[in-house]
Amino acid sequence: MLSTRNVNKAFGSLIVASDITLEVPRGARHALIGPNGAGKTTLINLITGMLEPDSGAIVVGGEDVTSLKPEARVRRGLARTFQINALFPRLTALESVALAVLEREGRAHNWWRALPAFGPAIDEAHAILASLHIPAQKETRELAYGQQRLLEIALALATRPRILLLDEPAAGVPKDESQQLFTAIAGLSGELTVLFIEHDMDVVFRFASRIHVMVGGRILVEGTPAEIARDERVREVYLGRSHRAAA
Amino acid sequence: MRWHPLEAAFWLATLLPFVLAPSYLSLASQIAITALFALSLDLILGYAGLVSLGHAAYFGVGAYAAGLLSKYLFGEPLTGLAVSGLAAGGVGYLSSHVIVRFRHLALIMLTLGFGLLLFEAANSASALTGGADGLQGVAISPLLGFKFDLYGRTAYAYSLAVLFLCFLVCRRLIHSPLGLALRGIRENALRMPAIGAPSLAHLRMAYTVAAVMAGVAGALLTQTTSTVSLEVLSFGRSADVLVILILGGAGRLYGGILGAILYMVARDQLSDMNPQYWYFWIGLLLVAVVMFLPNGILGGASALYPKRQ
Repeated sequence: MLSTRNVNKAFGSLIVASDITLEVPRGARHALIGPNGAGKTTLINLITGMLEPDSGAIVVGGEDVTSLKPEARVRRGLARTFQINALFPRLTALESVALAVLEREGRAHNWWRALPAFGPAIDEAHAILASLHIPAQKETRELAYGQQRLLEIALALATRPRILLLDEPAAGVPKDESQQLFTAIAGLSGELTVLFIEHDMDVVFRFASRIHVMVGGRILVEGTPAEIARDERVREVYLGRSHRAAA
Repeated sequence: MRWHPLEAAFWLATLLPFVLAPSYLSLASQIAITALFALSLDLILGYAGLVSLGHAAYFGVGAYAAGLLSKYLFGEPLTGLAVSGLAAGGVGYLSSHVIVRFRHLALIMLTLGFGLLLFEAANSASALTGGADGLQGVAISPLLGFKFDLYGRTAYAYSLAVLFLCFLVCRRLIHSPLGLALRGIRENALRMPAIGAPSLAHLRMAYTVAAVMAGVAGALLTQTTSTVSLEVLSFGRSADVLVILILGGAGRLYGGILGAILYMVARDQLSDMNPQYWYFWIGLLLVAVVMFLPNGILGGASALYPKRQ
């Protein structure tokens, strides 16, 4: 469903993505892990088109989207959330999600009909917000931080993605409160293909069917959680310290 | 969207000059035209967040289009108004392809440069525009049988009606999906592509609508005064309308109208007292408003009332 083929990217002499090839089949839940600065968010930016690769290809559902703009990739079913909230502070949650729905339907350019005329889109936005327990009428900036993280996901879902890229969905949320987030993520449709970045290894091992480990802009190794847990190289560069600390 | 009683009261009050100040109807007409111009700027500045220092370009295109139409083709004002609006919209649409790609300082410089360019183009094309002497021979026919009288009765009725109609269009626009998308762009332009939004196309559309309205305002000025001077394209006009909108409060539809009333009445009164230095007072007012009421006078006033919801 989602694959990258030999993707390379450098900023001057700094190589941030080196020959990245990965494959996420339809409906799979894959995790992308690695130490800070490994290039995980950069890879998401390359996949979504916010960065342009120097070489290589991004393929969505069999279609090469490498030359498409980010918004065109969204319309092909590729949605993402942001590690640092990228929301609309002075729009209500409902307005934000309704906007995403209207964009998906290609009706956001309409300037001659008032919003209440778009009942189905607004109902859909209400339904998405209700499913994630986000108060619809509050302005985004007045929402609790955890709810803003959920709104990130709601915005992505409103685009009706086939592939969802979650960039540290629980970033900044206290561990005891992140449960609600991961319950929401666990409840996503089985049809949806998910690639997520996460630092909490409990979460990664619970949700991911496969794990890609990135180090220094490269995919070091890829495998099932059990394989990754056993892998010596992974222990060394990434898990080593925390495992030793836990021991 | 339901009308607030204050809105109804406001629009009823715009009829008062006919009764209370019949000798000021020409001024009232100028105010309505300026208000329309400020309203058009509000669409792109207040809602989409695009700062422009060259908005007079579209006002000027509309003003010259209306003047040239009446001189060479026909003097019927309503058709002239529509054609002039479309001419300004055409220029707006073409220029939007470049302008909406930029932000911040680059955008300000670009709109400023575009405005200066049109000003000097009109200045040097004096065979067509009359250059610095202004366009001579503007001849406007009566409006639906009403002559444009010296007292400005027809002029004010006409300008006010057009302002109101354009206001209805703006009000509809800001409550439409496009209006929501513009607010989205203003709130977080970087997020918009991630929800699949073609932001540039949205901005081009809003910019074009704003240019049409600015052009209509310019055409109204030509038709109600039967003259076109080079001043319609001037930097001063672009700066004035920005000041008016900031004073009144951007992003709230009525801000530009309120700003136009204050600014034009103040100019009328202050320039009688002290014709050379009246900008001093405008400057003082601007500094005070920006320091103490960052959302303009209307923003300050609305903060006094509890929020709707």
